[in-house]
Amino acid sequence: MVAGLTRAERQSCLFLLTLVGLGALLVAVPGRWDPIGVHGLLVILLCAATAAYILPRLDLPEPVEDRSLSYYDDPIKAGIALTMIWAIFGMFVGVWVAAQLAWPALNFDMAWSSFGRLRPAHTTGVIFGFGGNALIATSFHVVQRTSRARLAGHVSPWFVIFGYNLFCIMAVTGYGMGITQSKEYAEPEWYADIWLVIVWVTYFVLFLRTLARRKEPHIYVANWYYLAFIVVVAILHIVNNLALPVSLAGAKSYTIWPGVQDAMVQWWYGHNAVAFFLTAGFLAMMYYYLPKRANRPIFSYRLSILSFWGITFFYMWAGSHHLHYTALPHWVQTLGMTFSVMLLVPSWASAGNALMTLRGAWHKVRDDATLRFMVVAAIFYGLSTFEGSFMAVRAVNSLSHYTDWTVGHVHAGALGWVALITFGSIYTLVPALWKRERMYSNGLIEVHFWLALTGTLIYVFAMWNSGIIQGLMWRTYTESDTLAYSFVDTLVAMYPYYIARTIGGLLFLIGAIVGSYNIWMTVRRGIPVQEKLGEGELAPAGAVPSPAE
Amino acid sequence: MSFDYDTLTAFAKSWGLFYLLAMTAAVLVYTFWPRNRKKFDAAKTSVFREEDRP
Repeated sequence: MVAGLTRAERQSCLFLLTLVGLGALLVAVPGRWDPIGVHGLLVILLCAATAAYILPRLDLPEPVEDRSLSYYDDPIKAGIALTMIWAIFGMFVGVWVAAQLAWPALNFDMAWSSFGRLRPAHTTGVIFGFGGNALIATSFHVVQRTSRARLAGHVSPWFVIFGYNLFCIMAVTGYGMGITQSKEYAEPEWYADIWLVIVWVTYFVLFLRTLARRKEPHIYVANWYYLAFIVVVAILHIVNNLALPVSLAGAKSYTIWPGVQDAMVQWWYGHNAVAFFLTAGFLAMMYYYLPKRANRPIFSYRLSILSFWGITFFYMWAGSHHLHYTALPHWVQTLGMTFSVMLLVPSWASAGNALMTLRGAWHKVRDDATLRFMVVAAIFYGLSTFEGSFMAVRAVNSLSHYTDWTVGHVHAGALGWVALITFGSIYTLVPALWKRERMYSNGLIEVHFWLALTGTLIYVFAMWNSGIIQGLMWRTYTESDTLAYSFVDTLVAMYPYYIARTIGGLLFLIGAIVGSYNIWMTVRRGIPVQEKLGEGELAPAGAVPSPAE
Repeated sequence: MSFDYDTLTAFAKSWGLFYLLAMTAAVLVYTFWPRNRKKFDAAKTSVFREEDRP
């Protein structure tokens, strides 16, 4: 890592670490009687540890090769490693909270391990930790390859990756201490939110500057999706998190949005997080890694452009379907419902485009588990976008809302679409990145695929059953117009499904662990690619970490 | 004209529609403009070119 940087760049890293450490000190000292002080101290320690790593390596030999002749892949490698670490963490916590619903004693009577604190640790771990790192890492890879340009900077990619992970760490540790602003998928408090803005703007500038260096006249469509992801997430994050802290020495803040406006802004944010974090960026992966792996160009490039603009401009107005039958004005609810239904068009255009790409190549899907990951992801994308449009219809929502059906829908998207497309992309990316002939074991990819698919199906079917039973029990009346079932009755009916869901999640987690092992072994023991030019390729690790030529 | 809830909803319910229609038209024109065809066809296969170096 450090060996790929010049001395001046190593010094900039140290300068930045000092700056962040001092900033944390300014928070830690006045906030020492508040949980915010713990975070200040944590940041100081992490900065000090990183500086202690760099300092003795300050005088290592500088890279001598002409950097403009190679891509900058070191930060991507770190990003892939962090992706898999967060996957295991986030999915483990997910299995734990799922088990708590069936066996409540698993909170072990501690505050930090209660459902209310572990559940956001799960969502943050998988969405932001696993998904976010995968998006950042693959975006660095795709933008360089499709622009034929090296990343526009050597310090800023590291700042983006480590800064982003610092945000995730602050979020997850904060929940344990009870820090939350109670907004779903936006739980971290004001100081973590400000930090994320700084990191995200750096990411945006880095991405734009890399695009500006491109040697291709046209910007490949995958980059449009990445750019939409970066820009819109910045807007959403800033608007939804506008808040006033009670004091600069404390974690607590209050949002500036009052009442129903707060609800509207939150679900405008929440649904667009689904759209631009969990969809746009992963579609970008699909539009690059799927053609690459199938060795077939995308079925229709023009369709990919049409669906891009459809997704960006329809998704923006769909969020209010989360607030059917609330104090939100009726026409705003109807607007959200209408746009959600319209969304089916660009969504199915994308899914269809992916599947049509494979026409004449389906035998590859049978033989290649990596490609199968991406194909099944596209199918789940098509299914869950249809389900989403359907559930946004007010009449359907009256049955599905607040039930496990919503949870099932989210996981059909998150496991079936987001995680599967990520694993498929990573299995395509890892051998290319570490210059290996192929992954360490194709058999283990098969094992991972079947574990992930079985786990997802068990999970989704359990939640469909559970959710619809729950919804029907809640609306069943007796002849004398009283509710037929108490809430506890519905919980008892859920019990077998909660156990099934835990098993499904566990299979998915085991799959992710198998995948991580396979990636680790590919890096350590994979067969190196025989270079066509054949010089200096087998340089010992650490001497020239960037591509050797 | 006062700037209140009704003003905003009237704006959203009328101009909101027009800007989406204009947007759709613009995207359709861009996508199917004959001169863009060559560019898109080139982009389609660009991912397969040699990727070892910039």
